[in-house]
Amino acid sequence: MLLTYIGVDKVAKEGGVFFNLFVYSGSIPMELPEVYPACEVENKAMRGSPPKTFFLTRKNYYIEMPLTLKYALRPNSQNSRQLKKSVFTLPLYRSAPVLEVRLEDFELFAMDRLRVLKGISDGLSRGKKPEEMEQLEKDLWRANMRHPEASEVVNKDIISHFVLRLVYCRTEDLRKWFLSMETTLFRYRFRHESAEAQRALMAKFGLSYKAVSSSEFECVKDKLGQVARSLGQPLPTADAIFYKVPFEEVPELVAGRRVFIHKGNAYIASTQVVSLVATQFRSHLSKALILTNRKWTSTMREQEKDRLAPIVEALCTSYLGPDYSQPKGFSEISVKDIDDLAKSSFPLCMRHLFEKLREDHHLKHGGRMQLGLFLKVGAERFDKEYAYSIRHNYGREGKRTDYTPYSCQKVISSTPGVGDHHGCPYRHFSEENLRAALNKMGVNSRAVEDIMNKVQNRHYQLACTLTFEAVHNSSCDAGINHPNQYFSDSQKILQSKIQSAPEINN
Amino acid sequence: MTKEEAENGRDEMEIDGCEQREAIAIPEGFNPNYLKVFYDGKHPGCDQSYFGRREFSFTLENDIYLRFQSFYSVSELENSIREKCPVKIDIGPVYSVDPAKRRAYAQTGDNVFTPVERELIFDIDISDYDDVRYCCSGADVCLECWPLMTIAIKVIDTSLRDDFGFNHILWVYSGRRGVHCWVCDGKARRLTNEQRAAIADYFRVYMGNENSHKKVSLTGPAFHPFLARAYTDVLRNFFEMKLLSSQNLFSTEERYEKILDMIHDESVTSELRGKWQENRRSTTSKEDINVIRWEQLKSLLQSGKQKGQGLRRCIEEIVFSYTYPRLDMEVSKHMNHLLKAPFCVHPKTGRVCVPIDPNQCEEFDPTAVPTLSKLLQELNMGGLKSEVDNDWDRTSLGKSIRFFRTSFLQPLLKSCKEEIESSYNAKLQQSKNSINW
Ligand SMILES: [Zn+2]
Repeated sequence: MLLTYIGVDKVAKEGGVFFNLFVYSGSIPMELPEVYPACEVENKAMRGSPPKTFFLTRKNYYIEMPLTLKYALRPNSQNSRQLKKSVFTLPLYRSAPVLEVRLEDFELFAMDRLRVLKGISDGLSRGKKPEEMEQLEKDLWRANMRHPEASEVVNKDIISHFVLRLVYCRTEDLRKWFLSMETTLFRYRFRHESAEAQRALMAKFGLSYKAVSSSEFECVKDKLGQVARSLGQPLPTADAIFYKVPFEEVPELVAGRRVFIHKGNAYIASTQVVSLVATQFRSHLSKALILTNRKWTSTMREQEKDRLAPIVEALCTSYLGPDYSQPKGFSEISVKDIDDLAKSSFPLCMRHLFEKLREDHHLKHGGRMQLGLFLKVGAERFDKEYAYSIRHNYGREGKRTDYTPYSCQKVISSTPGVGDHHGCPYRHFSEENLRAALNKMGVNSRAVEDIMNKVQNRHYQLACTLTFEAVHNSSCDAGINHPNQYFSDSQKILQSKIQSAPEINN
Repeated sequence: MTKEEAENGRDEMEIDGCEQREAIAIPEGFNPNYLKVFYDGKHPGCDQSYFGRREFSFTLENDIYLRFQSFYSVSELENSIREKCPVKIDIGPVYSVDPAKRRAYAQTGDNVFTPVERELIFDIDISDYDDVRYCCSGADVCLECWPLMTIAIKVIDTSLRDDFGFNHILWVYSGRRGVHCWVCDGKARRLTNEQRAAIADYFRVYMGNENSHKKVSLTGPAFHPFLARAYTDVLRNFFEMKLLSSQNLFSTEERYEKILDMIHDESVTSELRGKWQENRRSTTSKEDINVIRWEQLKSLLQSGKQKGQGLRRCIEEIVFSYTYPRLDMEVSKHMNHLLKAPFCVHPKTGRVCVPIDPNQCEEFDPTAVPTLSKLLQELNMGGLKSEVDNDWDRTSLGKSIRFFRTSFLQPLLKSCKEEIESSYNAKLQQSKNSINW
């Protein structure tokens, strides 16, 4: 029997009591000790139809579904005004509106949204191109975020976002993932809005930039044209709208040299507004997640130590695939054993780094990060035991968050420079060097040709998958998405071979 | 996140952060804070805890490394330096709380110990150019390869001022093998890590490495204005006028083969190779062989029979490979990265990390930078007759200190004062408004 769990958090406000609801699924324990009547909750939170069954125990609340709840995460007159206006545009999730929701919908909506976010995450990590991602996002949204009642579609969008916000606020890694996926989603959806809706959304973020005047446009026209040509885009026409914004507000456009910058201002084309808005969206959500987490850490976590915390854990990890940030790894293994493992089970990117490290006793920052996180060895231990020279004094305090090993996507998108050995060999090696490396791994010549073919078509993860299959003489249907997955899959195969080998009597 | 926001968050789940804090009303006629200015010369809007939240770190002899040192006053810092006698002093960020007490704050569970301000910094090391210089390698540097640093200063400095609008920029010789850059504008100090990374990426041109033959990647049919300016104003001239000859880039087969590797057209490379191999036997020309070969390469690539922009782009790619600044990206991207303080003495060379005037960086000679022993000699020769304040003036460090004070420190102090003044006035105005309301 599926039960849905809620945690209720009271927020006293003038004119009434409002509740934050934390909704998670849980299983029913064998026995229910000390059942308390949940009169206070019942009276104030559950206006309308009362729950059929309601237990409040020291360990858990149990509510039988279905039931209807009125809730408010943050009442604010300004927000409700905004809500009326914003019904037909993309919600910005600035505040949770007052809505009536069936309790069962809480969980279902959240899972539907999670499917969308997970789908986006998978697409990105497979290195899909922007056009493919656009289509994927459209399909995912259509498949998961519909609602039989048209009027409920927006509510489903908002509710699912807020439930996931609670689930994903608790650690830096979770916040990072959620922030990144929600921003990606927002970006795609923003682009599909009408010009009018886009302007309205800009105004909501307080981005009331004036378009660059025609006289100023004349002055910078050549430079704007130069940027457009550098991006392979058509030259801006005389009636094109540009906005002048502080460069700090469009970091991704600055990073990609996709804008003309002069005296601290970036000139952004109307098609680039999405970047500006997405940056705002991201920074608002980032702050909100930290505040939600603060709330969680300061009061909720302690209260919910035995009940909410483990359930929340389960909900977010079960959908995110294996969690490679768990600190179990090579910390107990000696350097000598790693030598053998590197030969048998490391993907080429890590094998190459490890060989370079053994050769030079030194790796530059990018390599130390890529290999160190793969080995799941802390930076300090890595320096002490694996490398002899430390090039810079990195601020170690306050940097505890970077413990997630790099995925293939991250490795592929890195840009190794002079003296660097990190990155994805399938992408960053010259053909000659890659062939030599594959030969050294014992890949047969036919497989090498197949691999080079994938590389030429820029399918680097497929190339790595083919290498895996050739080296292990075994298929890998799921494909390689993560260096640590390569390693664990390899170990699984090697161990099963050892077990199935006939015993030899000495 | 600011402290203010954190406080709001504790009370309730604040999503907008739009709740206004009540402003403190200050009577119009008499302001006790003005007395404070009168007595101690500090502006009432000045954050007294600021200096005490700055991290310093000392490297002592025997590689003892003291992180998270903090000081409440300049004299306290001076005393500590005298007492500990560090071989190297690094400057870190300004944290949310006194870094020396970070552990006490860590106990509270909230992650309040976090960097809040830090100069935007750049670190450029000549050892990262080893594949394009033949005079020295590793940490060594001479007047033949130093122009690579001059190029870096010119390209980055111009962009920081003209593109990003920064004004308070200090370039410093690192004492041995490179240069450091400190961008100290208030706006620069408050940049987030993401914004710092964006600026660093704006400066980045993919350079390739020993695993890939590709040297630089200049995609797109035209240059971004920043790259175009760097190329026409700095890179091309330095390449053709200086490095080509001083590094003898085409003088041997091994060297020119490295350049031919970057041209992806067999017919061009074999034609040039043929010419140059023959040419070797009959080198009677008075002209520099590097210049001749470079001109031959250029004219062949630009000639009408070689179609396609790709080949003409090769010329630019070669120039970029051999000249474009190579930044240590990680240093610039994170607020909590430490960087050696200006005017330190490099422990290996004994040279003082003196500022470099970007307007005259071509004249900077790293081999002429005063060493500690030279300075001591100069001081001793002068005897003890003059006043303490002017002691340095008589040494070869005098010029550097005067430049540091007049061209960097004074304008920076002035703008800091103005910033404090205007934000204080804005606060006063706000509180006045709130009274009226
Ligand atoms: Zn040299």
